[in-house]
Amino acid sequence: MSTIGYENWNVDLADVGAIYPFQGSEVLMVILGVAFWVGWHRIQFVREGKHLEEARKQAIDHDKITQSVERY
Amino acid sequence: MDGNLNAITTVFTEFYYWVTVVFMFLIHVGFCMYEVGASRRRNHMHTLMKNVMVIPLVTVTFFFFGWWIYWAFPMFPFFGGLDAAGNANTPWSDTMGTNLSDRITGVFWAAFLLFSWTAASIVSGSVIERIRSSALWVHAVMIGSVWWIIDAAWGWHYGGWMVKYLGYHDAYASGVIHAIAGGYALGVIMVLGPRIGKFSKNGTPRDIPPHNPWMLTIGIFLIYTGFWGFYAACNVPVISPEVIGGQITGTTWTATNIYLAPTSLSAITFNFLMSLSGGLMAAYVVSRGDAFWTFSGGLAGVITASAGNDLYHPIQAMLIAAVGVVIVYKMHYWVERRFKLDDAVGAVAVHGYSGVVGLIIAGFMLWGAPSSPFEGYAAINPLGQTIGAVIMFFVLGFLPGWGLAKIQAAAGVLRIPEEVELQGLDYAEHHSYEDAKSEIIEADKRYLANNIKPAK
Repeated sequence: MSTIGYENWNVDLADVGAIYPFQGSEVLMVILGVAFWVGWHRIQFVREGKHLEEARKQAIDHDKITQSVERY
Repeated sequence: MDGNLNAITTVFTEFYYWVTVVFMFLIHVGFCMYEVGASRRRNHMHTLMKNVMVIPLVTVTFFFFGWWIYWAFPMFPFFGGLDAAGNANTPWSDTMGTNLSDRITGVFWAAFLLFSWTAASIVSGSVIERIRSSALWVHAVMIGSVWWIIDAAWGWHYGGWMVKYLGYHDAYASGVIHAIAGGYALGVIMVLGPRIGKFSKNGTPRDIPPHNPWMLTIGIFLIYTGFWGFYAACNVPVISPEVIGGQITGTTWTATNIYLAPTSLSAITFNFLMSLSGGLMAAYVVSRGDAFWTFSGGLAGVITASAGNDLYHPIQAMLIAAVGVVIVYKMHYWVERRFKLDDAVGAVAVHGYSGVVGLIIAGFMLWGAPSSPFEGYAAINPLGQTIGAVIMFFVLGFLPGWGLAKIQAAAGVLRIPEEVELQGLDYAEHHSYEDAKSEIIEADKRYLANNIKPAK
């Protein structure tokens, strides 16, 4: 049993194609991959919104903002 | 013997594209340095992260659907259905992975992917210091894995309808990368608006100088370096007429452009350097020695000549670059004053206007030359190139960028709050970095005051 379909390399390489593990589950892998990608955007979007809102509230301190502006 | 020759050719081609990918990585390094150098200190980390995360987001989406678009869309939707070649390039195809019967797809995919990063990174530069990261990253996916690769299928593919029916010729991507990305950036900044303080009350633009000129300089030189790899990646390194299967007779192997029409690595090396030089020299004169416009002018010169740099004479490449740079320099300031647009790094001009101008010039310079080695294709001509420029800059660039930015603005998720813009994005999103800095500075000061006696 081998996850890549070959248990030894006693083969003619001209006859060898894919050698990654779990061949046949490509569609499932794509679904997992797309979910990871879309989920990442969702997490980042929510976090950024919260950060910006908190920062906006804190930014009423004019001295602090003036310091930031002067840093260039 | 034939078997070994084929094996060597395949392995050489595999290695060739791999090397171009490594070189092209420097383009992204350069863009990161350029953007950070151009931004103000309070926005450094945000600016850097915004561009760095373009890499994974465009990469995974280019794997999921960008690469399939390139192979499926050459005639779609105006002149035919989806091409069957797309089937072998779906993310679930067994050639999109470790496969000993296909040694080219991975490196060829990666070469195109690095172009995708470039397209997204061009947009990233123009919007610094006021866009939300989440908004930019959606734009990055759209320009990097959808719009530019549609234009590549149409106009940068040996079977694309723009090549076949318009005679569109764009060997080193004046239009398919630069015009579209510049047009897209223009669409976004029109909606996004300028940075606070960019324009005075009477509308006069203010210069917002880079905080670190040296970083910009190194950044743009890295972009030049990566551009060498980009040029090489646009070629097929070695192929026989038999494999091309077009009108070329005889048995002489050759390098080709992306359309499988003959050129040579030597030719494009001549033309890259001469167009870089023409751009630098013209920019120096027209900007009266402004360092940053001179550096950008080198890039704009190469971009202007790129559409035809597979065929131009080196002196033609130099002069075309020079003419292009003068036009884009004038256009940049005219648009800035007229429409009050804040393009923080001049990306719309350097990439967008240069790309458009380069396409149109190529239409005249190469008028009547074959656009393809295959029979039945239109010859290169000014009208086809002009229509192509409009498709690249406006239809696939400006409109999608403007439309998506409008939706984001309407939802209130495009621009950061003005309080945060003044305070700086690094405090908003990377406050742990700023807090840690303040804390360690205070701690060191206390230690100095309490433990180190001044020299007498």
